[in-house]
This record gives sequence, structure tokens and C-alpha cells, in this order.
Amino acid sequence: MEQALGVHRLQFAFTITFHYIFPQLTMGLALLLVYLKTKALRTGDEHYNRAARFWARIFGINFAVGVVTGIPMEFQFGTNWAAFSRSAGSVIGQTLAMEGVFSFFLESSFLGLFLFGEKKLGRIGHWWAGFLVWLGSWLSGYLIVATNAWMQHPTAYRLGAQGEIELASFWGLVLNRWVLWEYAHTMLGAVQTGCFVMAAVGAFYLLTKRDASYGRTFVKGGVLVGVAAALLQVYPTGDNQGKLVTDNQPVTLAAMEGLFQTQSSAPIVIIGQPSVRERKLDNPIAVPGALSFLTYRRWAAVVRGLDAFPQDQWPDMIPLLYYSYHLMVGLGTIFIAIMLAAAVQLWRGKLYESKAMLWILMLSVPLPYIANTAGWFTAELGRQPWVIYGLMRTAHGVSPRVGSGNAWFTLIGFMGMYAVLAILWLFLIYREIENGPEPESGLVSKPAIGVAAD
Amino acid sequence: MGTIWYCLVAFMIAVYVLLDGFDLGAGAIHLLVAKTDLERRQVLASIGPVWDGNEVWLIAAGGTLYFAFPVLYASGFSGFYLPLMMVLWLLILRGAAIEFRNHIKSNVWDPFWDSLFAGSSVLLAVFFGAALGNVVRGVPLDESGYFFEPLWTNFRLGDVTGILDWYTILVGILALLAFMMHGALWVQMKTSGALSDCAGRLAGNTWWGVLVMTALVTAVTFRVQPQVKANLSTWPWGVIFPLLAVAGMGGVRYELFKRHERSAFLASCAYLAGMLASVVFGIYPMVLPARNPLYSLTIGSAKAGSYGLKVGVVWWTIGIILAAGYSTLVYRSFAGKVALSDGQYGHTDD
Repeated sequence: MEQALGVHRLQFAFTITFHYIFPQLTMGLALLLVYLKTKALRTGDEHYNRAARFWARIFGINFAVGVVTGIPMEFQFGTNWAAFSRSAGSVIGQTLAMEGVFSFFLESSFLGLFLFGEKKLGRIGHWWAGFLVWLGSWLSGYLIVATNAWMQHPTAYRLGAQGEIELASFWGLVLNRWVLWEYAHTMLGAVQTGCFVMAAVGAFYLLTKRDASYGRTFVKGGVLVGVAAALLQVYPTGDNQGKLVTDNQPVTLAAMEGLFQTQSSAPIVIIGQPSVRERKLDNPIAVPGALSFLTYRRWAAVVRGLDAFPQDQWPDMIPLLYYSYHLMVGLGTIFIAIMLAAAVQLWRGKLYESKAMLWILMLSVPLPYIANTAGWFTAELGRQPWVIYGLMRTAHGVSPRVGSGNAWFTLIGFMGMYAVLAILWLFLIYREIENGPEPESGLVSKPAIGVAAD
Repeated sequence: MGTIWYCLVAFMIAVYVLLDGFDLGAGAIHLLVAKTDLERRQVLASIGPVWDGNEVWLIAAGGTLYFAFPVLYASGFSGFYLPLMMVLWLLILRGAAIEFRNHIKSNVWDPFWDSLFAGSSVLLAVFFGAALGNVVRGVPLDESGYFFEPLWTNFRLGDVTGILDWYTILVGILALLAFMMHGALWVQMKTSGALSDCAGRLAGNTWWGVLVMTALVTAVTFRVQPQVKANLSTWPWGVIFPLLAVAGMGGVRYELFKRHERSAFLASCAYLAGMLASVVFGIYPMVLPARNPLYSLTIGSAKAGSYGLKVGVVWWTIGIILAAGYSTLVYRSFAGKVALSDGQYGHTDD
């Protein structure tokens, strides 16, 4: 069974990591599409509508892959984590079912109208369709994060006669104190992905000297929204998320920071490799006292290390957790630097000619994906060894009858299937970028998006 | 409260079958009715704006099942592990085929996705039918409340059953034929010219197959699942469900003859709804019958705590009214026959 546990975990980790590549761009782009549609309405400039149509095509491809890779996520709660579902389904099933009922219907209905019904809906109607797609996708994010927040910080439940977990308060579940900051932090991460992608395509057009007017719009939109998101990502959302971990999962904090010994004036380690066997960090480069200050606002405060907790409560993959967390924080800092530098250049009116800055924006595009992935690794590995923090161990949550061989078979099946999907997705996105937006003339407009491919 | 949720989950599954049923059916008949590229694009355009919304009903029904009957969700989904994973892969391939086909025009690219679309649709129809057959026949649950079913064993209805045996295969074939008829009626209604005529003829021919298989499967089901007969004698009014299905079948034939395309499609909806309602009525109060009746999961043993179910009724009702509103808006916006030549922005060929 132990062996099967590892495979079940790997399959969920793999499928969710791959899946989240797509929603983070959809949620970020949804906001930017509303930005473009609003600009079009307010300025009356058809340029912004054409720009929105271009991004809507990319959104559509991305959304389709997000949908087909999303269905397996819900199914796997039952197929691979039956014992967990049996105990906790009446609580987390609530938020998952609400996601289907409230947000997926909204999102899929209005995306159909947004992509295929611009002429029928008119200018105002089309803006509303875009707005409702944004609302649906962000509501979906909320309900998923609320599900995760309950697993991180279970509240609003009671134990039934046979030890099953029953919902005790609906509002306690959807307004769990863990949700607000986790949601804000997650959404800002998605917005950063959207901004970096939009800015990178714009930079590509400016550097290759084509579609320059669109290039400027994309770079400007990506940088303006991106600089705000990058700053808010760290403060207040990241900071408050950290406080929640400090207060409720102190052992997770110790593992994330690689703090093996309880100490006062605890340092923050910028670089260093955790060695769990020797219970120390190899080759650390540290800022003394900084961890104490950031967690308790006092330089001399005592921070509990891993030694303060029994070892069976430790997260079971400390080095991976530690690296993920440090990667996320490091990249978040770099994003502020990039976006601030670009914003300054924009303000000085030099961004569109600054080759170096445009190169940086173009090449940064994988980084927000890595940061978002590392962030979720931090949340999920940090919760271990629990599937519901303090309530149910991950090892007790797997399906009792699904052996490791079957799980290996389906894991490898998913890997193959997703490799094909990834190639198709990259190919189609590349084609959209290569085909580019409609020409600016306004007289000869491409009639149908499909005609461009004919 | 348990019975209410039993009916609500059944309602969501029924809506899923009616809606995704026509786009799965359109896929299953894709290569049979649409020969030219234009015709194939018309078939795809007829489902393009709605297919993923239809699939949302599957996700929403799954989520609702999850929170209302967590024990059933856990046992059923882990017990049907392999076939469910295959369903997921088929859904992925089919979604990719619908969305990616029209991005490139080539004599290699298009037929590849067309075949994949058709093949995955056929297999999904058979799988869904076989899944329903498994539920009606019962699964090898034991005292732990779990089971794990292999894909097949000896194809007999013993105690050691597989996903596929002669009974579930029969139900699978019935599901395929019923979806083909349903999809053909949809394509007939949404397209025009030779394609519409061809789909109408196919619907008429498939009707005979559906008729024969429905009679056969119904007769066999009374032997396979004794609960059906028991429920009918306890609550004789339950006969309205099979009568609805019969009326639907009659309606399809009559409206096809009268050339009322819309009414024919609606009659097919009535047939499917009647068949599903009959199953749901027939196995009540079980949610997952076991081969050994001692271990069957019932509404009482599988349902969630009563507070959650009560709260759920409130938000579910609000949510479904909203969803019905959006769906109506979408279907009205794309009402009428698809026309691919008017250069309108979109269709599926983006």
C-alpha cells in the first residue's frame, strides 16, 4: 500500500501541475480581455477590439485544454482518493459542486458567446460577455481555493457517528479565514502569468518589427497591470499568507525555511541546501534575524525549528518543499524588479525602443509559470503528511482497492496523453502568434478567424 | 432529504445525457452523414458553441453526486477505476479533435481529427451505456464497501463480474444506437440541404435498431435486476416512465414522417429521459446495487450529513436557475440552422 500511495500522489501532482498551466493563463487573460474591451468602449477605437479578438483566440485554445485536463481532477478524488472522499466528500464536495453549478456554466456559456457572437451581441453586449467570462473564471478559482483552504485549515465541520466528517456551517466553509489571502495570492499569480504572456508577445512583435501598434498595446497593458500585480503579490498577500502558515502550520514554516533548530534571531536563508539526514543546511547564505522579524516583527523573536515537533509531523519531502518555496519567493522578487524597470522605461517613453528591456520581457515568459507551480508545491508539500491538516493523513486517504500497478498504468497514460496535448497546444499558440492580429487598416478586415487558416 | 437528492442528481445526469447525447451522437454519425469538408464543418459548427457547456453538466453532476452521496462517489469511482480513466482519455481526445480540427486545412490534418472525433464519440457512447448497465446489474461490493472491477471476466452474470459482460454490452449497443438517433435528429435540425436529409434518413433507419434493442434490454433487465419488478408492483404509477419512453419513440417516428425536425428531436429527448427515469425508478432506493444484495449501497447508507444536504438545496436551486438562464441565452443566440458561408465571425473554425 505504501508503494501505491507514492504513485497516487505522483499522479495527482502530475495531472494538477499540468492542468494548472492553463487556468492560470485563462484567469489572468480574462482580466486583460476586460481591460482591452473597456479601452475599446471608452476610446471607441476599433484597435482595442481587434487586439481583444486576437487574445480571445489564444484564450479559446487555452480554455479548451484547461477544460479537458480539468475533468480528470474532479474524477480523481473518487478514483484515487476514495477513502478521503468517503470521509470528507460532504464538505469539499460542496465547494466542488458549487464550482460546477455557479462558475462553469457561467464561464462556458459566455465564452461561447464571447468567441462566436460578437456581431450578434453588439458592443455593450460583447463587453458584458467578456466580463462574465472573467467573473466565471475567478469564481471558479475562488471555489477551488476554498476547497484547498479547507484542507489546509479545516473548520466548520463536526465528526459523525462513524467518524465521517460532516459540514456544520456553510458560511464557515466558504469564508474560511484561510481563503481570503490564499485566493488573493493565487489570483495575483495568475494575473502575472497573463501580464508576462501579453507583454512577451508584444515585445516579440516590436523586436521583429511587425504589428508594431499591437506590440505597443500589449507591452503597455502587460506592464501596467503586471507591475501592480507583482507588488501586491508580495505585500500584503504573500506576507499574510505567510502569517497564516506561521500561526496554523508552524512545522510547515520551519520546513519551508529549512530551520532545523529552534532559535532566537532566526536568519532567513537566501541560498542553502537542506540535509535532512544531518539536520542542517549545507552552505547557507543567510540574513541574520530576518526570519524572526518577518514572522513576529521582532528581530530577537524565537522561531520554532523542526526540532520542536515530533518527526512524524514533519512534511515528508523537506528539500523539495524548501526549494519550491525559495524558488517562488526568489522569482516573485525578480518579477518586481523586471516590471518596475519596464514601468519606469514606459513612463520615460523609452520602453518601445529599449531592446534590452524588450528582450527581457520576451524571455521571461516561462518564469511566472514556474513561480505559480512552485507556489502550489509549497502549499501542497507543506501540508504533508496530512491530506486534511491535523485531521486525516494522506496515507489514509487513498483508494484501498486500486493497487500500484493500475495507478502506474494510468499515470503513464496521462503522461503520454498530456505530452501530445502540450505539443498541440504549443503548435497552435505559436500559429496564432505567427498569424498575428488583424491588420490595422480597418478597411480590409479578416472576416472570420477561421479564414486566416484557410 | 436523501430521496430529494437522489432525484436531483438523477435530473442532472439526465440533462447531461440529453445534451451531451446529441453532440456525442453527432460525433458517432460524423463520418456516416458528412462526406465533404463543408459538411463536416457544418456538423462541427452545429455543436461548436455548446459542446463544452454540455460537458459542464457532467462535471456539475459529478460534483453534486460527490457532496450528496460521498460514499457512493468513493466506492463507485474507485471501483470503476480503469473504465473511468479511459472515459477521461476519450473525453480529452474528443475535445482536442473538436477544437483543433479547424485550425489547419490539409488533406491529412482534417480527416485525422474527423476520425478521432467519430471514434472517441462512438466509444464514449458505448462506455456510458455499459456503465449504466453495470449500475443496473450490480457490482461486486463486499463488506468493506469497496470493489474493484476488471474490464471483463467470463462475460457471464455471476458473482465475479467485469465491466463488460453480455448484459452491459447489450446496454452499450443500445446507448450507441440511441445517441446516434439523437445526434442524427440534432444534425438534421441544425443543418440544411443534403446533409440534413442524409441525417434524417439515418435517424429513421437507426430508429428500428433502437426499437429492437430497447425491447430486448427491457425484457432482460427484469431478469437481471429483480428490484425493478418489485418497485413496479409497489408503486404502479411508475409505469409512466417507460410509457414516456414509448411515447418518445412513437413521437420520433411520427414527427420524422411529418418532417417536423424540431419536434422529432424533442421526442428523442423524451425517449432518453423516459429510459433514464425508468432506471432510476427501478433501482430505488439503491444508489449502487451489489451482486450480493446484502452490500448494496442505498440512499440511507451513502448520503451525506443532513445539514449539508439542506444547505445544498438552497444554493443548488439558485445555481440551476441561473444555469438554465445562461443555457437558454446561448441556445437562443445560436438558434436556427448553421450557415457557414455568411462569413460570420466564428463557428468552430477558429
